[in-house]
Parts: sequence; C-alpha cells; structure tokens
Amino acid sequence: MAYVSSGVACSHVPALGVASDSGNTTDDYYGPIFQGFDFSKEWIAKEKPDVIFLVYNDHCTAFDARVIPTFALGCAAEYQPADEGWGPRPVPVVKGHQRLSAHIAQSLVLDEFDITIMNEMEVDHGLTVPLTMMFGQPDAWPCPVVPLAVNVVQYPAPLGRRCYALGQSIRKAIDSFPDDLKVCVFGTGGMSHQLQHQRAGLINSEWDDRFMNLLVNEPDKGCNIDHIEYLREAGSEGIELVMWYVMRGAMNKKVEEIHRFYHVPASNTAVGHLILENR
Amino acid sequence: MTESKPYDDIPGTVVFDSDQAARGYHLNQFCISLRLQPNRDAFKADPETYIDQYPMSAEQREAALNQQWNRMLELGGNIYYTAKLAAYHGINFQELAGLMTGMGSTSYRKMMVDGGRSIDGNRYKSEWQDK
Repeated sequence: MAYVSSGVACSHVPALGVASDSGNTTDDYYGPIFQGFDFSKEWIAKEKPDVIFLVYNDHCTAFDARVIPTFALGCAAEYQPADEGWGPRPVPVVKGHQRLSAHIAQSLVLDEFDITIMNEMEVDHGLTVPLTMMFGQPDAWPCPVVPLAVNVVQYPAPLGRRCYALGQSIRKAIDSFPDDLKVCVFGTGGMSHQLQHQRAGLINSEWDDRFMNLLVNEPDKGCNIDHIEYLREAGSEGIELVMWYVMRGAMNKKVEEIHRFYHVPASNTAVGHLILENR
Repeated sequence: MTESKPYDDIPGTVVFDSDQAARGYHLNQFCISLRLQPNRDAFKADPETYIDQYPMSAEQREAALNQQWNRMLELGGNIYYTAKLAAYHGINFQELAGLMTGMGSTSYRKMMVDGGRSIDGNRYKSEWQDK
C-alpha cells in the first residue's frame, strides 16, 4: 500500500528560483539560504520518495481572476513550468502520477472535500522553487509530483483547520492506494511577509518561531490560528502559511522534527523550512 | 457602503477580499495580461488603445497608466497582478516594495537585510497616527 513517510515545509520565494537559475547560490546574500538546504538535499537523496504530494499556491498564473478554485488538484500526466512574465524557469517538466491523482480526487470528494480537478495546468514558482531548494538542478525531477493548488491570493484563504482536515483526508486517500509508494508531502509558502502597500517588508520572526513550534508539536491548537492573526502578525501574504497545515494533516499526530532552518531575508520574505518524519 | 471588517485597522495594508476583487477585476485582468510577450508588445505600441480593452474605471485607468502602485491596490488591484505591470516597467518585487513604502530601493533593501520591518508599532492603525 502507499504510505506517507515524511513532510517538508518550505518557502517558495521566487527570487530563490532566479538565484538558482542564474547560478547565484553562494554569494553573501543567497549563500546562507542555500546552505540551510544542504542538509535537506542529502536527506531527500536518502529518503527517496516515490511521489511528492506538493501543496502550493498559484500566483495568477494557471488561474487569473476569472476562476479561483479554493482547492485544485492536479490530475495531469505532466505540468509545464509557466511563463510568469520573464520566460519559463529553465527547470525540468514536472511529471505527474495520474493514477494516484485520480484516486485521491475520488477519495477526497467522497470524503466531502469538493475539490476542483485540473487535467491541464501550468505550474509557477510556487511549485518549482521548493523542488529546486530540495533537489538542486537535476536534468529531470527524481520523482513524480501530485500538485494541490490552494487559493491564498483572494481573501479568504481556507481556514487553517480546514487545511488541516483536508490533509487528514489526503492521508486517508494515500493510505488506501494499492500500490507500494512512499509519499513525501510538501507544504509550501510563507513565512511572515507582506509584499504590498506601506507596510511591505513586515517580518515577525518571533511569531514564525511560535508558528513552527505549534505546527510540529500542537497542530490541533495551531490549526485554529485565525485569519486576522495571520494578516496582522505575519503580514497580508503570510496567510499562505495555512498551506503548511495541509502537509501537517497528512502526517501522524506525532512527528519527529529532523531539520529546521529559518532565515531573513530572501527578497521581501522570511524563509522557513522544516523536515518532519512520521513516528 | 460596506460593513466594517476586522482587518480594517491594520495599517498600510489593503486586504484583497471579495469586495476589492469585484472592484478590481478589469484592472487585474489588464495587469495579468502583461504576463505574455505579445500583450506586452501591444501595450508598448499603443498603451491607451491596449488598456481600453479592459473596461476599468477612469481612476483605475489613470492609476495604471501613471504607475500609482498604492492607488491601484486601494482601487481593487492585487499585488500579484500589479507586479506584472511593474515587471513590464522593469521593476522587480523588491523595487516595487521600495516604491510602495516610499522608502526607495536602497533603504528598503537595507531594512530587509537588517531583519525586515518590525511588527512592533505596525499592528494597528492607531500606532501609525503619529507618523
């Protein structure tokens, strides 16, 4: 049977993709960030997941303002890196796992999560930057990816506890898939940041630390952080941290924290990263 | 006109909620169209004709043509959309933040390297009254 082995939380700052694509990963500004992922690259080379289930948000790329699904599950054979205005990132095509996607889609709806099904979808930096941070620059991504896009652009994003419950439902779906597959779940985005208006540049490291502690050790409590707290304390774009709770919901109640990294800044953002293993 | 919202008291922040999204729809669709090169070329060739394909308000049109970044957000724009218009003008996210905060790129970048804008004094509009 398929099973969830581990979880990864990771910011998806576009500037990190640009830095990697332009070979600029060792200077004074970006060097410390990429060093924080050296351990992670070694870890995932040993972990060798068969599939990554990757929770991210689209930045008006696959979805502009015409259609805004709250939860959209990728069910395609592959996903092309999108042109976000500067040409597509020079990274490999993201291969899907259609049978697992189809199984999860069906299982979620029957479990009362009425998700949107995407049979064609381009993917932007929200999905490809975490892959870059974990795998570097391979000729092909080492395993297929099942993407789940979450709306965090138009308020309200789904509640943290709804994301947590969705993660639990995804876990049930994975656990009931008949093939032997080791699955690693990624929750991406964050950490505290605000990109807009006069308060842009907001960083709240103390809050970020508390968020990570709750996520790892007390997810039943942390998933109830309400939207106004995210907006006020973590910045208007920090609310995308709800996506980490989808990952957390797919993990066991008790997890082991294998790695934690936190750094300010990458462009406008605090970078946060966790590796969790199921106990 | 609209009811008061719990996030109205956050300073220097426009929450892109469904009211703002409805108000800014055509402005945002204009901005996102600039993701694609043929559209950037058409906008460059004739900005006014190009923007007039999008039935936005006169205020929004003026804000977009004059690169009034905060004004666009107030009129229903969203940062991920207006950032595409900024990119068209060769302005990246960090430079855009320098413009929206009024700090300029150099001091904004320095603030970020020094740990970012502190949360202290930046939670409530009441804390900004003296500024």
